[in-house]
Amino acid sequence: MRLSIPLTALAAGVTALALVGCSTTSATTPTDTAASSEADGSFTLYSGRDEVLVQPLIDMFEEETGISVEVRYGNTAELGALLLEEGDRTPAQVFLSQDAGALGALSNADLFATLPAETTDAVPAGFTSTDDTWVGVTGRARVIAYDGEKLSADEVPTSVDAFTEPEWSGRVAIAPTNASFQAFVTAYRVLNGEAAADAWVADLVANSPQIFDNNRAILSAVNEGVVDVGLLNHYYWFAQAAEAGAENMRAQLSYPEAGDAGSIVNVTGAGVLKGAANDADALEFVNFLVSPMAQEYFVEETYEYPLVAGIDAPAGLPALDSLVNPDLDLADLESLSETQALLGKYGLI
Amino acid sequence: MSVLVPETVQKTVLTGAQTIAPHVRRAGSRYRFGAPGWLLALATICAAAATIPLVYLVVRTSEAGLGELVDTLLRARVLQLTLNSVLLAVTVTVSCLILGTASAWVLTRVRLAGGRTLLLLAALPLAVPSYLAAYGWLVWFPGLNGFGAAWFVMTAVCTPYVTLPVAAALRGASGDLQAVARTLGRGPVSAFWAATWPQIRPAAISGALLVCLYSLSDFGLVAMLRFQTLTWGINAAYGASFDRNQAALLALVLVVLALVVVAGERKSRGQVERGGGRSTLPVLAPGRWRTPLVTLVLLAPLAGIAVPILGLLSRLLDAATLRAVDVPRLMEAVGATLALALGAALVAALLALPIAALAARYRGRLVSAIEAVGFLGHGLPGIVVGLALVFFALAAVPALYQTSIVLVFAYVVLFMPRAIGSMRSGIAAVPGSLTDVSRMLGYSPLVTWWRVTARLALPGIGVGALLVAISVMKELPATLLLRPTGVATLATELWSRTAVFEFGAAAPYAAALVLLAAVPTVILSGIRGVAKEES
Repeated sequence: MRLSIPLTALAAGVTALALVGCSTTSATTPTDTAASSEADGSFTLYSGRDEVLVQPLIDMFEEETGISVEVRYGNTAELGALLLEEGDRTPAQVFLSQDAGALGALSNADLFATLPAETTDAVPAGFTSTDDTWVGVTGRARVIAYDGEKLSADEVPTSVDAFTEPEWSGRVAIAPTNASFQAFVTAYRVLNGEAAADAWVADLVANSPQIFDNNRAILSAVNEGVVDVGLLNHYYWFAQAAEAGAENMRAQLSYPEAGDAGSIVNVTGAGVLKGAANDADALEFVNFLVSPMAQEYFVEETYEYPLVAGIDAPAGLPALDSLVNPDLDLADLESLSETQALLGKYGLI
Repeated sequence: MSVLVPETVQKTVLTGAQTIAPHVRRAGSRYRFGAPGWLLALATICAAAATIPLVYLVVRTSEAGLGELVDTLLRARVLQLTLNSVLLAVTVTVSCLILGTASAWVLTRVRLAGGRTLLLLAALPLAVPSYLAAYGWLVWFPGLNGFGAAWFVMTAVCTPYVTLPVAAALRGASGDLQAVARTLGRGPVSAFWAATWPQIRPAAISGALLVCLYSLSDFGLVAMLRFQTLTWGINAAYGASFDRNQAALLALVLVVLALVVVAGERKSRGQVERGGGRSTLPVLAPGRWRTPLVTLVLLAPLAGIAVPILGLLSRLLDAATLRAVDVPRLMEAVGATLALALGAALVAALLALPIAALAARYRGRLVSAIEAVGFLGHGLPGIVVGLALVFFALAAVPALYQTSIVLVFAYVVLFMPRAIGSMRSGIAAVPGSLTDVSRMLGYSPLVTWWRVTARLALPGIGVGALLVAISVMKELPATLLLRPTGVATLATELWSRTAVFEFGAAAPYAAALVLLAAVPTVILSGIRGVAKEES
């Protein structure tokens, strides 16, 4: 028993510490918060969108309504996985997501409350959920970023089909694990059929694409001249241009022609968690996101497309209706698992 | 790191030249019935903390049907990811072993001006988060990607894990044998192999273990440098498809790899051979080799810290939008980072202590199993441990969910292995004869443990705690998942700024993070400094 007394003492100390922790924190347990569904002047938001972009908007909301918002910032994918793990024990009342894929996954897991029709009706049908479990907030176009020093605008294809040609071998950057890329492949399947999609993915893989982890890394690589073209969402360019100066951007954007799968417009959005179904504060925030004030904020600060009628698109961007594919509804993009099977078949994910 | 202490401790304790058989060897005769039950129980409880991620992974994996599991496992991509992980871990470990051992040899055996500073520089890459190092290289060479790039940068940031313990071991090792070997006609390399290597082997191997587990579990660096390993696959499965079952399966593959590595280390660690106590070290004059030798020592710090930091600085100067630094906010993040690191270091040391005490004094299958389990967390990426603790905390202690307590606990699971190794060696090196004498003088076991064992093993315990503190400061994914809402550390603040291209705004946080992590690194390199040896 040479070590017993001090080690037991240590163990007792740790236990005591843990107990003290229990007693001091039990007043604000997450389950308590989740259970309170009436308006109590505050709620918790999980934000998959970046703090620098979103916090000023939240400050505006707090000032306007007097409701205080506890925000937990993180990356959309990680917060999505977190919400799935937390299930109905989540301390969150609202989830603001960077892409529709995460919202769809949470909706499929039955984690969202149904939103009132007046909230979801603020956004045109193609840009929101079909079952009113979440609402689209802003639009983001798929674009082709190209190296402006090596290529001129008219050398950049207007259809993603061109990138399986030998001349683009090893020159195209993609992020196959990224939700936006997968939504685009789903659009390709819906628009052109399974066989064509299978052939396109197979040919693309055979053409040695450069694989990246995310859109941001693709844009940096194009901007540094490492790859010639990359498939990504439009607003990344504007975010980087805001830091580096638009005139210093080597990467340039090209918008594929409407009707091409490469031109789809995806959305960001928000949903209310089930435990907060009756939380008036949470709902007020979601309504705020689709109000003219918030929509204008997104236009000016993040260069995303507003989804609410009567707000102008950011200057310098093609009009939203010139990109929107008439044959495609965002609700058609639900067959994500088939897309993942296809990408898995060719070793992309 | 683990053998940073014992040799020096031994040296302090034994000024004579008598050889003391390692305590381990006495264990058999003294404790005929193996380890005392209470120690086994205590160590088992502590190791149980480390099994939480494993339990989580098994629960998640078992949700998928057997068919789905087999399908996933047999996919060519899983095999490719596994091979890539193994390739990176093996090559990085080998290159760190070679570079780290060579650097340590130069630092301890060659008389170089500014030796103390060189040792400090050699330790500094520890203070740089892997993702920052990778990012800094990309600023200079945006085209860097793939295996070669990941191997190179990973080697640079991991080399100190070998350099520091081997340097400490070399300082405690006898140089006489090597001199004898040389006079008997062996060449320098052959003499090193025959006489010196056996003495530093345990230190080198336990350093290599940390390197190997680190390169298996790291995500930031491989993501930046586009080398697709299992951790890449795990993050992709969580992120793009929200497929937690597949992510869990990939993580289990990683666990198996980590267990193989830990078992291999334990086997090759073997018995610690100790030469005589204090010896005069042959300090060689560098002569015309000065420049190549200094370059060798500086390779890792140049690649792991100088190049990336200069890259970040240049990006900062390029930024068109320089914002004023929000000093109160920066200070708040520094405070949170410090508090979490200290808390985790303390708790990790407490939990690692019984495991280390057990592993230091006893052998056997159960002991091996407990020690191996303690190392589990180190082979897993932060996101897996983070989600496992979300799962665990909500099921077991919902009141503590999203409090600092659970976050600290996650750090402990992730980084306890870094403490176990050095504490084990620290305790193993306390000569049994000293505790026997203490008992014979009538002191109780408690007093003996406190005044003899704990006191002599304290540097080893300190080294372990410092390593945990450094790692906590740099950790990102588990922090993002588990931190109390509203609490920000330097790593999360850095992440939230680089995520939106605000490199200008990110720079102060990057600088503060490296500076803060450099403090324990400096202490680590100085625990048995060259200066002390020379004075």
